Amino acid sequence: MSLVLLIFLPIIAALFIPLLFKKVGQIHTGWFVLLVPAALFIYYSTLLPSIAEGGNRVSELQWIPSLDIAFIAYIDGLSLLFSLLITGIGALVVLYSIFYLDKYREQLHNFYVYLLMFMTAMLGVVQSDHLISLYLFWELTSISSFLLIGYWYTRDRSRFGALKSMIITVFGGLMMLGGFVLLGIMGNTYSIRGLISQAPELVGHDFFVWALVLILLGAFTKSAQFPFYIWLPDAMEAPTPVSAYLHSATMVKAGLYLVARFTPIFAASGTWVWLVTGIGLFTMLWGSFFALKQKDLKGILAFSTVSQLGLIMSLLGVSAAGFHVENATEIALKYAGFAAIFHLINHAVFKGSLFMIAGIVDHETGTRDIRKLGGLMSLMPISFTVAMIGAFSMAGLPPFGGFLSKEMFLTGMVALTEFDLFSMDVWGILFPVIAWIGSVFTFIYSFYFVFHTFAGKHKPEELPKPAHEAPKGMLISPVFLAILAVVIFFIPNIVGEWLVNPAVAAIQPFMYESPSDVHVHVAAWHGYITPELWMTLGIFAVGGLMFWTLRKWQHQYERFPNTLNSLYDKGMFLSDMGANRFSRLYMTGFIRSYLVYMFSFLVIIVLGTFVLNDAFAIDMNNLAPVGLYEIVIMLALLGSTVTILFSKSRLTAIIALGAVGYSVALFFVIFRAPDLALTQLVIETISVALFLLAFYHLPQISRKEERMRFRFGNAMIALGVGVMMTLIALAAHSGKALPSISEFYKETVYKEAGGGNIVNVILVDYRGFDTLFEIGVLGIAGIGIITLIKLRLTKKEGQHENK
Amino acid sequence: MKTNDVMLQTVTKVVTFIILMFAVHIFFAGHYTPGGGFVGGLLTASAIVLLMLAFGIQTVKKIIPVNYVVMTSVGLLLAIATAAASILFDVPFFTHAYDYFELPLFGKTSLHSAMLFDAGVYLVVVGVTMTIIQTIGEDE
Repeated sequence: MSLVLLIFLPIIAALFIPLLFKKVGQIHTGWFVLLVPAALFIYYSTLLPSIAEGGNRVSELQWIPSLDIAFIAYIDGLSLLFSLLITGIGALVVLYSIFYLDKYREQLHNFYVYLLMFMTAMLGVVQSDHLISLYLFWELTSISSFLLIGYWYTRDRSRFGALKSMIITVFGGLMMLGGFVLLGIMGNTYSIRGLISQAPELVGHDFFVWALVLILLGAFTKSAQFPFYIWLPDAMEAPTPVSAYLHSATMVKAGLYLVARFTPIFAASGTWVWLVTGIGLFTMLWGSFFALKQKDLKGILAFSTVSQLGLIMSLLGVSAAGFHVENATEIALKYAGFAAIFHLINHAVFKGSLFMIAGIVDHETGTRDIRKLGGLMSLMPISFTVAMIGAFSMAGLPPFGGFLSKEMFLTGMVALTEFDLFSMDVWGILFPVIAWIGSVFTFIYSFYFVFHTFAGKHKPEELPKPAHEAPKGMLISPVFLAILAVVIFFIPNIVGEWLVNPAVAAIQPFMYESPSDVHVHVAAWHGYITPELWMTLGIFAVGGLMFWTLRKWQHQYERFPNTLNSLYDKGMFLSDMGANRFSRLYMTGFIRSYLVYMFSFLVIIVLGTFVLNDAFAIDMNNLAPVGLYEIVIMLALLGSTVTILFSKSRLTAIIALGAVGYSVALFFVIFRAPDLALTQLVIETISVALFLLAFYHLPQISRKEERMRFRFGNAMIALGVGVMMTLIALAAHSGKALPSISEFYKETVYKEAGGGNIVNVILVDYRGFDTLFEIGVLGIAGIGIITLIKLRLTKKEGQHENK
Repeated sequence: MKTNDVMLQTVTKVVTFIILMFAVHIFFAGHYTPGGGFVGGLLTASAIVLLMLAFGIQTVKKIIPVNYVVMTSVGLLLAIATAAASILFDVPFFTHAYDYFELPLFGKTSLHSAMLFDAGVYLVVVGVTMTIIQTIGEDE
């Protein structure tokens, strides 16, 4: 029970943030927020020993028991690793943001509420065992990401980026939901553990490949894989702490998590191995290649993230291939799963620090344009050191963590050439080649990032602000991460034992019973020169040479068009235009047109149903005699209705309309429905008053444009509505398909509901839900009217909208 | 155009109170005899509208300085809270509770949680009706 509640701790804490921001303004709100991820991180760390031995924790919270939907927190090695990343990096990012976001100028309450909301969503994604709650949290990460990207919502680019990321990731999310539903149908359960246990039976099912592809669409959109990655570079409009947290360390890894989590189910399929490995590797190459085209520091990092995510994705694909090999635990293929998780940790560490450095550079110089930067080394020595460590780790240089995982990545790719299923014997050689080329470009852009920012000639005249080192507090988090990148290099096997192995055992249950079965020894030097080491040395040599001559060939990038982005832009533009045109076809702006649509549609539907079901029933029995009163009221009703139609002035029409209402109320009185009569009378009074108040604003009645055809059409519709209502009334009276419910009300109104007036007890008790939503609608209508009338933008204000 | 509305104003002064008293009565009586929060709310709103017609919106705003948007939200919250409170007692959402009490002055009285819900309805109806009328009426 308690574990599942911990998921909700951040979002509950978020409730107090606006209050703290408003009331305790002199203390930066971030300090309070920091407590949440820090406490969670410490708590999750205490779970490490038992999880590392192969244990797991389950706790459950019922949500919709009738539909068998529950929040189930299931923590195994994989979930725990992600939870630690989310809370650990989260704490560092919050600490960083305290110095990055000014407490007087920024809307911190918005920022931290979104951030905490994201934390809950992300923890939910990685811990949910129930597919539906997993989907819920998944979309919540998209929404909080949308809000955070659009945090500076007055900027055009922020709104554009936020919308783009939302459209692409929510599209993927919906596809994924489809996949989940298919899985639920196939396995008759929504529990991931339940599905994994029956994985062998699922493979042969008709829906299997459909579910696979749909779920991969979800994972690929979220993890920015080709061709969906285009949202990530635009998401860089978010404040840098957000980019470091969501768009490099955690949210974009949700797709990787999903792939890893579902590997035990889908590994049996060759499609899975090919798609995950192929798309991953291609994304890696594509991202690293285009990173060099970027001029914006964060743009470089965004493409680098795309590329690194592709790398991890491809490793996950290879680790699924282990399912198809008898002695997978003994050959080099076993390194893939380990390398995937190990690189995921390394990437979070070095990319987090690099993003923070990019933020620092932006903060202290006022620009992120790499063409204006340069020579900051002597001015910002600490930042430079951190950036160098991060970039070297990313490039795969020793002595940093990235070197180890990069080499294992190459090992895994080389191992794939020996794999003889799914025509890998023919195409397998492509994988190490692509991986190698991608790594060369990774090497180059890592150097490009550091040395074009910190080395070279300082150009103070181009910088908006004179550059200087960042305040100490802002440096804590990146320095900590940089130290971690070095530490991991020296103790890889301890990291492996505590964090990686348990996660690997969760991804590859078909190979390992428990984490202790994972025998992967990480070493920087194997005692002899392995093929991977040759490849690494080749990367350094070729990459170094190409970086040296970068200025000579970098301008060639201008030849590559932005095909995918312009495709997205055109698609958005066309769908916008199309939807607009289509709406304008029928949205004329005249209420009378809308009434024509509504009434004609109503008549067609109802009369159609009548004809289809042969529901005409006219039974004149049991009719009450028509008395003098009724005839008189009826005449008044008819008279006032006709008056409305033919009156020349609006005032007359309004009064006649009131007369119609009062006559109806009189009917209620005669038929002894005091509640209705009372309500009708008061409503008529108020609406007449309202009409009178609004009278000035209404235009003069003009009937010029009404041609004969229009009048004829209206007459037909009016006739139709009249016939329809009469038929309904007669049918309702004549055919009693169901026994009347009034007896039930009579019996229970006093005994069970404790009331006397059935009408009112229906309103507040029997059908209380109706009333609850009705007053909700009323409230919304009120707000709508205020918005329409009071918040109209005058022309002057309109010009400032985009500033 | 300045019209002489002394008669309207004089009558309003008396009638408003009668309507208001009637509204209160009808609201409380609603569970056993005709009435309820919806009609009660409408009647109250009509009393205020009558005041507005006789004395003008600005004057009435000064007499009754109520923010009707807040009133609406309070009403909605009250209604939802009453419905949700049943969860705390481990019974399904929207389960009402009632009992009969001997109260001084009133004698045997039924106290019903539906009353609270109805009060929410009352507030929303008054709030929304007045919001709409005030907003449209004030618009230039």
